[in-house]
Amino acid sequence: MDVQTLTFIFVGTTFALYIGIAIWTRAGNTDDFYVAAGGVPPLANGMATAADWMSAASFISMAGIISFIGRDGAVYLMGWTGGYVLLALLLAPYLRKFGKYTVPDFIGDRYYSNIARGVAIVCVLFVSFTYVAGQMRGVGIVFSRFLEVEITTGVFIGMSIVFFYAVLGGMKGITYTQVAQYCVLIFAFLVPAIFISMLMTGNPVPQLGFGSTLADGSNTYLLDKLDQLSAELGFAAYTAGKKSTVDVFFITAALMVGTAGLPHVIVRFFTVPRVRDARISAGYALAFIALLYTTAPAVASFARVNLINTVHNAEYKTTPSWFKNWEDTNLIAWVDKNGDGKIQYSAGKAFNGKPQFLEERGLAGERKFSNPPTDNRNELYIDRDIMVLANPEIAGLPNWVIALVVAGGLAAALSTAAGLLLVISTSISHDLLKKMLLKNISDKQELVFARMSAALAVIVAGYFGIHPPGFVAQVVAFAFGLAASSFFPAIFMGIFSKRMNKAGAITGMISGLSFTAGYIIYFKFIDPSANSAQNWWFGISPEGIGTLGMLFNFVVASLVSKVTAPPPNEIQDMVDDIRIPKGAGRSYHHAKL
Amino acid sequence: MSASHSPQAKAYWKKNIRIVLSLLAIWFTVSFGMSILFVDVLDNIRFFGFKFGFWMAQQGSIFCFVVLIFVYVYKMNKLDRQYGVDEDRDHPADTHPRDKTSQE
Repeated sequence: MDVQTLTFIFVGTTFALYIGIAIWTRAGNTDDFYVAAGGVPPLANGMATAADWMSAASFISMAGIISFIGRDGAVYLMGWTGGYVLLALLLAPYLRKFGKYTVPDFIGDRYYSNIARGVAIVCVLFVSFTYVAGQMRGVGIVFSRFLEVEITTGVFIGMSIVFFYAVLGGMKGITYTQVAQYCVLIFAFLVPAIFISMLMTGNPVPQLGFGSTLADGSNTYLLDKLDQLSAELGFAAYTAGKKSTVDVFFITAALMVGTAGLPHVIVRFFTVPRVRDARISAGYALAFIALLYTTAPAVASFARVNLINTVHNAEYKTTPSWFKNWEDTNLIAWVDKNGDGKIQYSAGKAFNGKPQFLEERGLAGERKFSNPPTDNRNELYIDRDIMVLANPEIAGLPNWVIALVVAGGLAAALSTAAGLLLVISTSISHDLLKKMLLKNISDKQELVFARMSAALAVIVAGYFGIHPPGFVAQVVAFAFGLAASSFFPAIFMGIFSKRMNKAGAITGMISGLSFTAGYIIYFKFIDPSANSAQNWWFGISPEGIGTLGMLFNFVVASLVSKVTAPPPNEIQDMVDDIRIPKGAGRSYHHAKL
Repeated sequence: MSASHSPQAKAYWKKNIRIVLSLLAIWFTVSFGMSILFVDVLDNIRFFGFKFGFWMAQQGSIFCFVVLIFVYVYKMNKLDRQYGVDEDRDHPADTHPRDKTSQE
């Protein structure tokens, strides 16, 4: 069977599965809708958290990025896993004991202030919308390349699926579809990785193949070969760092702390029955995530070697079909600078910016574009996002593996989108309406509002997917920076400092936030030409500035809280209470009544 | 009269902080220490087909993170039982918030 038929079968089957689960687990009340009635078993919550967390970026983009930047890719690998240690040890068990529905709930109650709640709602909405736009875009790319439909149609299909199970099922529906989506995505990521590891090194475990010798009889280690190939083509060594140590340190810290502060991840720990379950499900979640995250760098290095071996000095006319397919999707471009009909791949950009393709074809049949070529030897442009999707084709794996990867990429994007949409709808119906504007609505009315806001959020997200704002890539730094500089310190101090009060927390959040946002806006939007190491403060890039924002938040909050009145006694009692696990069920009751 | 005010609870919290701090020290060492600050030094050591610093940065630290959380879970569950603050002592009806009704 051809790839397209297989892809339709795989994608269709998995979509049918998600819809089936949604019907089976639909939500009956707000408790179901917001936190799956707090009854999710820890193992299931671990899988759901893993699927929630691993987005189109983790599945599709991350290995590709690592493939091109080498060792520095560790900022993502460590940043997006190390945050779970912070989450598990510092936040999750206590937030579960607190036992309500949302992050703004905690901030608003702990700091006895609707201003604090309001600041939190604004941050939640901003962070989540930023993130969800990227997911819908991922769905669009996958559909357009593999199912040959317009990106718009692809986004519509993705939207209707998410609409169906998020609006109908709420947290309960999302949780169990995420469990299924985790299974699909991890299987889809591991199968090609195992195949390729076998082909290249003879070792079926990618994590081991990564450090083995090549199976070509040369007895050279894979990574040594990669360093050698990189040197030949003029690239820096794959296993050497290129970013400054300071910057790597701050970016990793910002991603870790940001991960621990992201509302759609935190809220998953409200769904388990007990404090103990919150702790262990963080462990399961990270174990499930680590399975993909330790495979990704192996995939990155395999893909890199394969890519160089396949395309460098290859005749354009005889390149395999994947090369031309991706060229048709605008993600690969080739310009024959020396007119030999062969592809020369080396360090440097073949031309500036993204290719602006023209209708005409060149001598060898390649697509022409209007960007003037640069004067270095490199003739090839490859979008990093295609590495994972193209990898099975580059390695010549069977068609069903390619179809499986497509279904996996969609599972990763949809599961994350659904989790984010739920957080957005909860912030509107629960935090904004029920807690601040319309305090007298009944549970049934609140559920209607929750469904309406989920529906609205799906539509807005879909719009961003079809008309992606040019700044999506830039604002990802925003999402983590804001979470790191606002939520993490506010929640952390709310648990670990009884003395932290309303004034301290609010001024801390606002100063951390405005500092981080200001720095990012300056370098990304106001003066992008100044965005280079010599202009950065202490050599910290906008991606890593959230760490400094977080420190700033801590300092301001501590100083202000020292000179203002301590929190009222009942708040201090509440802090005492969330510090011990006993009575988690009971506090949940109190919170609800 | 809440149990959370007793000296018992204070001692429990102190021990909890000690567990968290010691685990976070390891967390910091494997990630920021070995994988970032001292990565170039460790790269001089050969670890199978890897430079050791590179391996820590792209593989080893992640394995350590997973182990750290499971150690934390084990230690905290033990501490909870020791101080009698574990949830098994809760009234059974209270541990299952789901049995709450929502009919209006």
